[in-house]
Amino acid sequence: MARPETEAALADLIRGANAPLAIRGGGTRGLTGAGEVVETTGLHGIRLYEPGALTLVAGAGTPLAEIDTILGEKGQRLAFEPMDHRALLGIEGEPTIGGVAAANISGPRRLQVGAARDHMLGIRMVTGSGEVVKNGGRVMKNVTGYDLVKLMAGSHGTLGVLTEVSLKVQAIPEAERTLILRGQDMGAAITDLTRAMGTPFDVSGAAWLADVNGQSERRIRVEGMAGSTAYRAEKLADLLGADTVVEGAESAALWRELRDVTPFADKAGAVWKVSTRPTSAAPLVDALTAQGITADVIADWSGGLLWLRVPDTGDAGGSAIRAEVTRHAGHATLIRANDATRAKIATFHPQPAPLEKIAAGLRQKFDPRGILNPGLMGPALS
Amino acid sequence: MQMPQPDPGALSQKEALAAALRKVLPADAVISDPAETRAYECDALTAYRCPPMLAVLPATTDEVSDVLRLCHQFGVPVVPRGSGTSLAGGALPTADCVILGVARMNAVLERNYDDRFIRVQTGITNLRVTGEVEADGFFYAPDPSSQLACAIAGNIAMNSGGAHCLKYGVTTNNLLGVTMVMMDGEVIEVGGPYLDAGGLDLLGLICGSEGQLGVVTEATLRILPKPEGARPVLMGFDSNEVAGACVRDIIEAGVLPVAIEFMDRPCIEATEAFAGAGYPDCEALLIVEVEGSPAEIDEQLSVITAIAQRHNPVEIRESRSADESARIWLGRKSAFGAMGQINDYICLDGTIPISELPEVLKRMGELSDQYGLKVANVFHAGDGNLHPLILFDANKDGDLETCEAMGAEILKLCVDVGGCLSGEHGVGVEKRDLMTHQYDPSDLELQMAVKDVFDPKWLLNPAKVFPLATSETRRG
Ligand SMILES: Cc1cc2nc3c(=O)[nH]c(=O)nc-3n(C[C@H](O)[C@H](O)[C@H](O)COP(=O)(O)OP(=O)(O)OC[C@H]3O[C@@H](n4cnc5c(N)ncnc54)[C@H](O)[C@@H]3O)c2cc1C
Repeated sequence: MARPETEAALADLIRGANAPLAIRGGGTRGLTGAGEVVETTGLHGIRLYEPGALTLVAGAGTPLAEIDTILGEKGQRLAFEPMDHRALLGIEGEPTIGGVAAANISGPRRLQVGAARDHMLGIRMVTGSGEVVKNGGRVMKNVTGYDLVKLMAGSHGTLGVLTEVSLKVQAIPEAERTLILRGQDMGAAITDLTRAMGTPFDVSGAAWLADVNGQSERRIRVEGMAGSTAYRAEKLADLLGADTVVEGAESAALWRELRDVTPFADKAGAVWKVSTRPTSAAPLVDALTAQGITADVIADWSGGLLWLRVPDTGDAGGSAIRAEVTRHAGHATLIRANDATRAKIATFHPQPAPLEKIAAGLRQKFDPRGILNPGLMGPALS
Repeated sequence: MQMPQPDPGALSQKEALAAALRKVLPADAVISDPAETRAYECDALTAYRCPPMLAVLPATTDEVSDVLRLCHQFGVPVVPRGSGTSLAGGALPTADCVILGVARMNAVLERNYDDRFIRVQTGITNLRVTGEVEADGFFYAPDPSSQLACAIAGNIAMNSGGAHCLKYGVTTNNLLGVTMVMMDGEVIEVGGPYLDAGGLDLLGLICGSEGQLGVVTEATLRILPKPEGARPVLMGFDSNEVAGACVRDIIEAGVLPVAIEFMDRPCIEATEAFAGAGYPDCEALLIVEVEGSPAEIDEQLSVITAIAQRHNPVEIRESRSADESARIWLGRKSAFGAMGQINDYICLDGTIPISELPEVLKRMGELSDQYGLKVANVFHAGDGNLHPLILFDANKDGDLETCEAMGAEILKLCVDVGGCLSGEHGVGVEKRDLMTHQYDPSDLELQMAVKDVFDPKWLLNPAKVFPLATSETRRG
């Protein structure tokens, strides 16, 4: 295993490599390719933090926990609420900010404020040819040249190794409240959630869980100044009903649970993550049930994000799930599965041929020798 | 500013290409008469003009595909065009190019309030998108000041922003999917009415690529429910520095206004003379707008005005009615018009870390003395996106050149303090030759490698974004 401590050392290492490299931050996302492990944790440290400009720049290997702490001291946070995969995947380790960026990891608030990629202002990286490249910067608005920052977000270490990330951060609001309604079926709940998202009440979380202690649970979150939060929670309760309204730490705990998909953590089965249109969520699950695939469901992003827990046998329902998702628009990623399942089905949703061709072309330019996490997201152009 | 020599090979094929294009497009969609192609000779960077060889106005994605396939076959460069409001010369033709205008492609294809998106052809104007969903309580958030005229096509190509992007983000944060035609005529679909890309984030790459990767013909845009209401507060200060500190404190306090606009004295004076909005006589003023129900607005404004009070404001004027709100916005909205009345100007677009604001404004004043040209500032302060307006006289020999030289100094200053050359207008031809000040050769090489993948022959808008010397070997 290699653990370079500077960007230059990393560049030397990549330039000198002649075999595949498995790029790893904290190794907590369960998604490293094959090859000699290169860890980014040597590239750590907060390089700049300006609370008044809502900007933070950190080495890619900086633990997320360290970033949370330093932001927390100034009453700020990462707005996109990155998921922690450790419980769900049963993995130990320290998630890094580089991993969050490379895998474009977001959470429930994504539907209100955008994904990790929307908060990434700039990056530095080493490409597969060992070139040091920067893109974007540390300012909020930047359209100077192509946006390689977005391209790198979610590229899972296949185009280059991130060495530094600059981020837009957010002030932690004064208050939060969550409206809970139990016992609704999925169709009715999703209809409510999409209605909530169509109100001016600035909803920051909209989810439905099929099974919380034997009952379904619909959750809607609002955050902001105290008076405003109370007002909007009341309006939404009038409109859509609520059995219980919780606030503060109690509310936060509910969303941490959703963010990390902890209800699936100690239950067996493969786990799929599906991105689709909210109105497709219930029909999609119904169609799967009709094909004999019974899933335990958590719907987030008002239905736009589905977590499906299915038996970890065969391809874990993968071909049927992908076919349905493609029919409805969206994509399905295999998040948790045993090795036998993984051998049968790709982790990422195959893209249409013209897009695969562009992706392969980009990989060929960024990593001409095909040594960075080879095969993780798709084949290189040969 | 230099443009490449027109390619004689391309020019010699004018008639043959026009004839081939007339076979795939309606007769009135192919423009070859020099008297008519002149209509496309420039965009809003009017200092530079060059009529194209031909202009075409396709009405469908298929027609765009036919046009590009033919141009690809003929080896003729193509410059895509929306409404031609680019301030960076993004839509400036070369003499050997075909202008591909999407103005006829302005249909609304789908509206869906449950999934919160609208799908449109990209020739539709920005304001019409909001117009299409407004009656149902929704809006499209990115709101460039040019929104009455500019097209979604140009917004996507430039990743345009607006006054309200402090809260809602710029185009890239509100774009869900596109239909795009590649230079060889192949039609691709990227993204769709769902969140986040499957595979690599090609959508994020396409947005802001200034018409160099493909021609975007359709777009899926995120729409949002309209807030219950909005109200601004106007605050005047004794110095730019104090106003800058006030912006920082507001942001740090955690209130998130939808807009924080900043005007300096030269700008205040010009707009007062022009629009008479009744602004206070002061060095700098801020207009801060918040949204919500009346009580929510009061709650936010009370925090904001309390912060402002700590900075000894010359005046605080909280709007109490729609009429007062309109008066507060009047001067800001007429700022560009006011400047245009008194002078010719160029409008810059650098971004800086807001902590550097006082220093940058001070340096700008020094540059103004040094070059002998006035600068007025009106900009989006919340996100550090400056719009210095340098005033000059187009009829005076050499004034434009002096003005451009001074503009370049200001943009370099933005980069040197940790910012960038362009916050929302794009690079185009205007900032093309400054790119080496912000980027190292390896940075530019990788960006150009991206274009190699999408457009190997470099036929799409080839003379933009990258310094000509840097892109020379690729342009063939
Ligand atoms: C008075 C005024 C105020 C402005 N205010 C703002 C502002 O507040 N914020 C802001 O961000 N900008 C502003 N602008 C700049 C300008 O309006 C934006 O850049 C706008 O997005 C350009 O849109 P357009 O349709 O006019 O594009 P055009 O000027 O026609 O083209 C712009 C670029 O887009 C490319 N392009 C056009 N169509 C396509 C297509 N179909 N596919 C691929 N590429 C294409 C062109 O090649 C060119 O590079 C302002 C301009 C003016 C004149």
